[in-house]
Amino acid sequence: MSELFQDYSEAVARSGAYDEMFAPGQIARRSYGQVEGALKELSLADVSARAESMARTFLDRGVTFDYAGEERPFPLDIVPRVIPADEWETLERGVAQRVRALEAFLDDVYGRMSVVSDGVIPRQLVTTSAHFHRAVHGFEPAGGVRVHVSGIDVVRDAAGTFRVLEDNVRVPSGVSYVLENRRAMAKGLPEAFGQQHIRPVEEYPRRLLSALRKTAPSGVDDPTVVVLTPGVFNSAYFEHTLLAGLMGVELVEGRDLICRGNRVYMRTTAGEQRVDVIYKRIDDDFLDPLQFRSDSMLGCPGLVNAARAGGVTIANAVGNGVADDKLVYSYVPDLIRYYLHEEPVIANVDTFRLEEKEAREHVLDRLDELVVKPVDGSGGKGLVIGPAASKDELDALRQRILTDPRGWIAQPVLQLSTVPTLSGDKFGPRHVDLRPFAVNDGDDVWVLPGGLTRVALKEGSLIVNSSQGGGSKDTWVLSDSPQLPGPDLPRPSISVREQVSVWPVESNWRDRQSEQEQQ
Amino acid sequence: MLSRIAESLFWIGRYVERADGTARILDVHLERLNHLPLDEQRSVARELLAVMGARPQSEEFGLPELLHALAYDKSNASSIAGSLGAARENARRARETVSSSLWECLNTTYYGLNQHRKDVVGTYRFCNWVLERTAMVRGLADTTVSHDESWLFLVLGRSLERADMTARMLSTRDVLSAGMSWVNMLRCAGAYESFLRTRRAAFGDQHAAEFLLLDRLFPRSIVYALRDADECLAKLDPSAQRVGFINDARRIVGQARTFLEFHRTDDLMAELPEHMDRVQKAVTQASDAISRKYFNQADELAWVGEVS
Repeated sequence: MSELFQDYSEAVARSGAYDEMFAPGQIARRSYGQVEGALKELSLADVSARAESMARTFLDRGVTFDYAGEERPFPLDIVPRVIPADEWETLERGVAQRVRALEAFLDDVYGRMSVVSDGVIPRQLVTTSAHFHRAVHGFEPAGGVRVHVSGIDVVRDAAGTFRVLEDNVRVPSGVSYVLENRRAMAKGLPEAFGQQHIRPVEEYPRRLLSALRKTAPSGVDDPTVVVLTPGVFNSAYFEHTLLAGLMGVELVEGRDLICRGNRVYMRTTAGEQRVDVIYKRIDDDFLDPLQFRSDSMLGCPGLVNAARAGGVTIANAVGNGVADDKLVYSYVPDLIRYYLHEEPVIANVDTFRLEEKEAREHVLDRLDELVVKPVDGSGGKGLVIGPAASKDELDALRQRILTDPRGWIAQPVLQLSTVPTLSGDKFGPRHVDLRPFAVNDGDDVWVLPGGLTRVALKEGSLIVNSSQGGGSKDTWVLSDSPQLPGPDLPRPSISVREQVSVWPVESNWRDRQSEQEQQ
Repeated sequence: MLSRIAESLFWIGRYVERADGTARILDVHLERLNHLPLDEQRSVARELLAVMGARPQSEEFGLPELLHALAYDKSNASSIAGSLGAARENARRARETVSSSLWECLNTTYYGLNQHRKDVVGTYRFCNWVLERTAMVRGLADTTVSHDESWLFLVLGRSLERADMTARMLSTRDVLSAGMSWVNMLRCAGAYESFLRTRRAAFGDQHAAEFLLLDRLFPRSIVYALRDADECLAKLDPSAQRVGFINDARRIVGQARTFLEFHRTDDLMAELPEHMDRVQKAVTQASDAISRKYFNQADELAWVGEVS
């Protein structure tokens, strides 16, 4: 332990971030007690051997993401990220609240637009969003659900407060790693699992399937659910196969589907079979060449019309992108107050809207201190971190902001919290974020206990995306009241019947045994 | 099940069996080939490659080139590495349908392909390793996948490829005229011991060929493999008709099998090339008929108008 964590507290102090495992003075926080105890027993050789075997398992199981045409195992670090029960309770409430507000917002902007007429947000904000699709205006989704699955990214700032960094209500990915990480960790660090109750994550596919089935078009008794993937070259293809496999449904590509009479069918060996719910894992732009990009080979013509006519449910709904536009993000606290009449449970990160003249001038003066993000980007694309950027980059950025102020937002540089992460021959603090996943079935928003913790593997780096050298950590949510059968409920003892517990052997087995003994 | 997935499973079955058969043939013939003088070695290498249905790419074609073409050439789906790679790629596309242990087995096999020395000695080990891995794939497919449609497509592919492979094994007889070629033929198919126990003292080309072609109980004989394929086809399309066939594949496979099974001849050896030809043609035609019936996708996206 001592040599593995050498110089750790100095490194934390250098970064100025909140460390999830250690309080100042390198005293492990209470929630990390078990993990510290387990790591203390291990030498560097143990830790590296375990890390290697976990990576090997990922490659063998095909837990990979596609990077520049190459399959790579998703790096999983051996130190888990632990969230105590009380903190999780707040997060869970905050995430669910946000999902309900975004759901109400989407229903409104594709309907009466009262949020605009009541002056909460400007009309222009909605209509200029690249992902506001008029094709789905005035359409009632089955079960009233548009955001079946969401991933709300949260981070912890230097003071240790959780803040929402962005919302993902289009095609949030990463949940497969949550499931696989837990499997791998159970084998990689078994010592830390005992004596404490870690809330299980394996429920997710069942929850997802039942939410998808619940939101099937009305009048369908036993809905057929499929997962729609762009194909084997998509970076998240592994996730698509895992989810389809764990839900026990077909994984289809656009070419497997056919629309006729506002119904959707898939081509099977027994002819065409009706599809009722499509869990769509491709971007809206590629979904339906009739409505969006006509050169798309990934989708199926007619899907959007079929959904509008109520012949099929598409999850998440088409047009959701308007809600995770980063400029809309800056209004979400207002939306929560407007739709739910509640105060936001988790705050936003302070955000400058560059369309407002005053904010823009302020930001342009301090470009080298801020993070500037494109409003419709994902995966860390196009993001510029001021302090790390060169003068040329900043000048180019300034020009781009001036030509398209609607396209950018600026935020202060957050020192994301850190967790010890194996790097070379010791543990060093590395910045992490957290993406909890929520499933909405129309009656209830369920938040998967845990979520995906992504970690920037380079020291000091704040970019956690897997496409840019990020890894992940298993995320443990502790439970105060373990849902195990208590001591007052004795386990029914299994009575052993003598006859069945004896294995039959062939008739001359005993003779041979005694022969052997005599020799 | 989805046509696309059915097609993948069918090809997993074929590719794995192909790797297995090629490894068997290579393993047995490498031993012989090594004993030959260089000139003869070259011509035999060429002929062996021809039996496996390929043509040498360059003038200089000797033992190393043969090893590359049959064992290690990843760009070619008729080599061992190529077919195992293709099987893995198909499993990747059908991953949610096959059991995870089957997928993992194919995936680790794929990653293990590079970890062998590519000389003659290394190739023996490689062939053995391939036989182990393919046996494992078959075992996992049989014990961890429900014997429903998906498994039937897998077995269908496997059986057709097996009939084809055994036909090729029989054809290698012509390649090595020297020595006891019938022993090699049988060893290719792993049938040597079974044959000896069944036929007692009746040795010789004629009996060995008969065994691999017509034996009703040996699982790698052509008649047996074709019967397996026939049974799969019958289960996949159970509509019983009183007269005739609408299922082309069944007709082709059934015809080929019954022709062999009920054929009467005094000189099997003279007819052997003709039989082999017939079997290989039947397998190709059956494969085409199956893909027409079960796998055909629309070639491109088509907008189908509303039906009022």
